Amino acid sequence: LVFTEEDKYDLYSNLLFKYFLAEGIVCGHDLLVASAKEHPDNILKELPAPLLDDTYGKELGDEAAAVKSEDFQDSMKIAWRYQNLPKMEASPTTYTKFGHYYDISKKMSPELYQSVKWHSFYLHEELSFEPKMKTCNMNSGYARLLQSIQRIISQEGFDGSDPQKKQRNVLRIGIQSLGSVLWGDDVCCSDTPEDMHSLTKFLYVLRGLLRKSLSACIITVPAHLIQNKAIMERVTNLSDMVVGLESFIGSERETNPLYKDYHGLVHVHQIPRLNSLICDVSDAKDLAFRLKRKLFTIERLHLPPDLSDTVSRASKQDLAGSAKLLSSGCGAMAMGKKHLDF
Amino acid sequence: QGKFTLLRDTRTDGSFLVHHFLSFYLRAGCKVCFVALLQSFSHYNVVAQKLGVSLAAAKERGQLVFLEGLKSCLDLLFGEEEQPGQPSPLQFLSTSDLRALFDFVRVSLTPAGGDSWKSPVLLVDDLSVLLSLGAAPVAVLDFIHYCRVSVCCQLKGNVVVLVHGSEDSEDEENELVVNSLCHHSDLILWAEGLATGFCKDVHGQIKIIKRLSLRQAAQQDLVQIYQYKIQDRNVTFFARGLSAAVL
Repeated sequence: LVFTEEDKYDLYSNLLFKYFLAEGIVCGHDLLVASAKEHPDNILKELPAPLLDDTYGKELGDEAAAVKSEDFQDSMKIAWRYQNLPKMEASPTTYTKFGHYYDISKKMSPELYQSVKWHSFYLHEELSFEPKMKTCNMNSGYARLLQSIQRIISQEGFDGSDPQKKQRNVLRIGIQSLGSVLWGDDVCCSDTPEDMHSLTKFLYVLRGLLRKSLSACIITVPAHLIQNKAIMERVTNLSDMVVGLESFIGSERETNPLYKDYHGLVHVHQIPRLNSLICDVSDAKDLAFRLKRKLFTIERLHLPPDLSDTVSRASKQDLAGSAKLLSSGCGAMAMGKKHLDF
Repeated sequence: QGKFTLLRDTRTDGSFLVHHFLSFYLRAGCKVCFVALLQSFSHYNVVAQKLGVSLAAAKERGQLVFLEGLKSCLDLLFGEEEQPGQPSPLQFLSTSDLRALFDFVRVSLTPAGGDSWKSPVLLVDDLSVLLSLGAAPVAVLDFIHYCRVSVCCQLKGNVVVLVHGSEDSEDEENELVVNSLCHHSDLILWAEGLATGFCKDVHGQIKIIKRLSLRQAAQQDLVQIYQYKIQDRNVTFFARGLSAAVL
C-alpha cells in the first residue's frame, strides 16, 4: 500500500499517480481508477505515452555524455514488484531493464489503454447506489469504494477464488486525493474532525483486501491539508510505503540556490518491511525531483559547489540549515531534531 | 510467569521483537494466542521460518491460535451475516466494544482437556491499531486490564504487547495508552531509532527496563541500553558505540 503525500498544488503527485497507472497498462495489468475529483476516463486519457526502448536509450546516452561522470545521475525508475509494493531503485549508471520509461509530453494512445481491462470508480456517479455491506460507521464514500474494490477483486478472480483461471494477473488500484473534502471526509477541514476514524478504517480494510489478493495500490492524499497530525501518524503505521512530495512552488525554497536545479524534494518516510525482518534501505536519503520537458526524474540531492565570493554569512547559515534538515530527513530510521554542533 | 511485557517502538519499527517473542514462546512449548492486527499470516510465517519455527505446524497442533485481523475484518464487512452466538472478535469496528476480542482471547487460552502446553501467552501486534480503528483509549486500557487479570493472574501466563509511539508524538490518545501501559508493565523493551540519524550498521537502540519498583517499594528500575543491527535471520546486540563496523 503506497501512500503518497501530495504536494501543495498537486502537480507532481498527480504525475506519480499517472506513472503508476501507465506502468500498469504497459505491463498488461488490470486497472482500477478511483477518484472524486476527475472522471477516471479523463485521467486515463492523460496518461503519458511509453517510450520504446531504443529511442529512449539513445536519448539517455546523449544526456549522459553531456554530464560529468562523477555526478549522481540517478534516473527515476519505479520498479514494480508483484507482491504489492514499488521499490525505488537508484542505480547510478546501469539502466536495468525493470520498469518502463514514459514521455510525458505525449499522451498514451487510446488503443493502448483500451487493451487492458480497466474499471473506474467516480464517486459522484456512484452516489445513487446504496452500499450493501456493513459500513461500520465509515464515511459512505469510502464504504462504496471498498465495496467496489471487493466486488472487482472477487469477480475477476484476483484473490484466487477462481481455480479455473490459469492466467493470474495483477490489479493496480489508484485512488486520487483520498481524505479530501470531495470524498465527504472532513479530515482536511479542521483540527478535530467529526469523524476521526473513517480514513484509518478505510485504510485498514483496504490493506486487508490488498493482502488477500494480487493487487497493489497507490493513494495520494493532500497531507498538507490534514491538520490533525495524529491521523497522519496512524495512517503512516497502516501503510507499507509512505512517500511525500514537497514542491518548491510558492515557498521560499524556490529561490534558494541550493535547490536551483530541482523542482521539489522527495521524502521517503517509510519503506515496506514484508516477509522479512529487515527492509531494503537504500543509501540515498536526500532525494529531489525535477520535471524536465519529457521526463520526471528523482535524483539524489547534492550541493552545488559554493563558487560565489560574495556569499553573505546569513545565507550561508541558511544553506547549512537546510542541508542539515535534508540529511536527517528519512523518518523511517530516525529523525534527529537536535542539530549537532561540529 | 504472570508477567506483562511491553514492547515499544519510537521512530523505528519494533516488529522484530514481536517475531522474536513469537518464536521464543512457541519453541518453549507454550500455548500462544497471537492477535495479529497489522500483517497477514504469511508474513509472520515466512519470518518465523527464518527463525526456525513453523507457524502453520503450530497452528495444526493447536499450540498457536492466530487471529488474523486483516482477514477477519474482511469477513466481518463483506461476509454473510454471522451467527448470533458467535460474534466476530473484530466487532469493535462497528460497535467500539472490545469485549468480543477479550472473549476470543480468554476462550483460546483457557486450557481445554487434553492440552499439554505450558503456560499460556498472549501476544498482540499492535495495540495502536485499535485506536485507529475506532476504539477509545479507555476501552483499550480496559481490554488490556481484563487480559492481564485473566491471563497473568488466573492462568499464570504472560502477556506481550507492542505499541508505537514517541515522546513528542501528536497522537494524544496513543500517548495516553502507552504511558499508562508503561506504568503497569513488568518489563519494557523500547526500540528507538538513533537520535543522530540513520546509520547502515546500527539500526537502532533498545532500552531494557526491568520494573523492579513494581514488585518492591524501595527498588529502582534497572535500565540497560544496547544498540542493535537487524539481519536477515537474527538481530545482533552490542554495547553502545561498539558496533562491529566501528571496531
